[in-house]
Amino acid sequence: MKKMETKWGILLAILGILGYFMWNFGPMIASFVLSFTDWGIAGTPKIIGLSNFKELFDDFIFKKSLWVTFYFAIGSVLSSGITAFVCALLLNQSFKFKSIFRTLFFIPAIVPAIANAVIWLWIFNPTFGLLNSFLQTLGLPTFNWIYDEHQVIPSLILMSAWQMGYIMVIFLAGLQGVPQQLYEAVSVDGGNWWHRFRYITIPMMTPTFFFQTVMGLIGALQGFVQPYVMTNGGPNYASTFIVYYIYQNAFRYGKMGYACAISTIFFIIILILTIIIFKTSPFWVYYEAERGR
Amino acid sequence: MRLKEVDKMKRRYINKILLYAVLLVSSFIFSLPFIWLIRSSLMDTGQIFILPPQWIPNPFRWQNFSEALSVYPFGRYFLNNLTIVIFVELGVLLTSTISAFSFSRLRWRGRDVIFIILLTALMVPYAVTLIPTFILWKFLKSIDTYRPLIVPAWFGGGIFNIFLLRQFFLTIPYELDESAYIDGATPLWVLWRIVIPLSKPALLTVAIFTFLGVWGDVLGPVIYLNTPTKYTLAVGLANFVTTYSGQWNYLMAASLVVMLPPLILFFIGQRFFVQGITLTGLRG
Repeated sequence: MKKMETKWGILLAILGILGYFMWNFGPMIASFVLSFTDWGIAGTPKIIGLSNFKELFDDFIFKKSLWVTFYFAIGSVLSSGITAFVCALLLNQSFKFKSIFRTLFFIPAIVPAIANAVIWLWIFNPTFGLLNSFLQTLGLPTFNWIYDEHQVIPSLILMSAWQMGYIMVIFLAGLQGVPQQLYEAVSVDGGNWWHRFRYITIPMMTPTFFFQTVMGLIGALQGFVQPYVMTNGGPNYASTFIVYYIYQNAFRYGKMGYACAISTIFFIIILILTIIIFKTSPFWVYYEAERGR
Repeated sequence: MRLKEVDKMKRRYINKILLYAVLLVSSFIFSLPFIWLIRSSLMDTGQIFILPPQWIPNPFRWQNFSEALSVYPFGRYFLNNLTIVIFVELGVLLTSTISAFSFSRLRWRGRDVIFIILLTALMVPYAVTLIPTFILWKFLKSIDTYRPLIVPAWFGGGIFNIFLLRQFFLTIPYELDESAYIDGATPLWVLWRIVIPLSKPALLTVAIFTFLGVWGDVLGPVIYLNTPTKYTLAVGLANFVTTYSGQWNYLMAASLVVMLPPLILFFIGQRFFVQGITLTGLRG
């Protein structure tokens, strides 16, 4: 029995393990090695040591793209997280036609990124777009949105809040998993809605918040469609996300080695960030199960 | 006493009205981009630019759709997308199921350690693996074919999917497998006759997620496909944006066509969808 399971177990797992080495681990190592070379798309790679990294250090576009990528990622995790939490709290009340409202909040999340980009390109249009038409009708000042160096990232953050549906559903499930007797206990002790929210809902939700922050950050750091379709990385590189810059270097300028160096740095940053988030999590995440163990 | 009761009811009533008001306003805001999209897709260029904006197209210009679809071969792109999606789905469903089965219901030495190593792949951004993978496909003379977009799905179908299915498989009582093994069944029989029939919601979730990922993917097709007739809808739409930048009615009509399949799929599988998101989101 044991032997049979081992034989079959390895046999059935082999494709997944191979896939890991072929599409994740292998390319990762290769990317690391290539970042020490000078390689156009044709020809053979030439080893140049740390030159790529030295060049990166002086590359102001690279530095700017790091900054805007993080600016966008943190902003969009916050904006979509807060929107999702508010919507989840709303949907957690009891009322009629709940599934209709849930669907309305959720649907934007399944719009393909490319279609989403086109819709928002039109919403952000400075002369005839939805937002400026609306502001103009109300007699308020209008904005240039994605066509202004300082407004482009806030605009893209606003756009990502619209697609918060997945997070909302996860938060909603989290809220429904909070044991009812905890709320009752607070009420018995004379607590009001704020006490219930502050001392039960928030602590019980921290594991969910934690998981969403990590996954959301990793996802948001990899934005590509927004610069590719909407802004071409501009104006003045203000929306040149890291992945877009890697793409440009590799596939527009043919600088494979340089692009690999960028992705190596990017990976190290994400790794450090993830470690920091996990290390600090005991200070703000409440794990009920940990105590019982 | 009675007065207090009436007061309480009144307050509850007001709260209810407030709740509905907030719900209506916020769901209207969330629907606004769709309303804007649909109204723009049915207007002519003159009407689309009128300020203050008009909300009801007059007349309804249904030709936008046929015209937008005829200037660009979106029908062709649709079929290309469909071909890729079908082969990716097959690969993902088949190989992630057997991998997840091995990692959850067969006991073998080193299993859990290997699984944790595989999970680290979730932390690796695709941008990091992008270039070496591209070089590999170039070396294999597969640029401008669908192979780079399809073949990876046949190797375990992605760690995320293995993870999702494994979580689900772990909830099935192990006694079912055991009694089958005592009767002389093979693991494949157990997988096919016990585990898969009990895991339909999870498999459907994987299928839906995979569909959405492949359908909207821009970067992969942009990098690997050169011949315009091989393009997918996403690439077609991206090019459409640059070519017809001022023709908002066409652009909106084309976007609507691109997002229609995912929307239809969502309405069919809504229940599983929510289940699947919850399953992956909470157990993580």
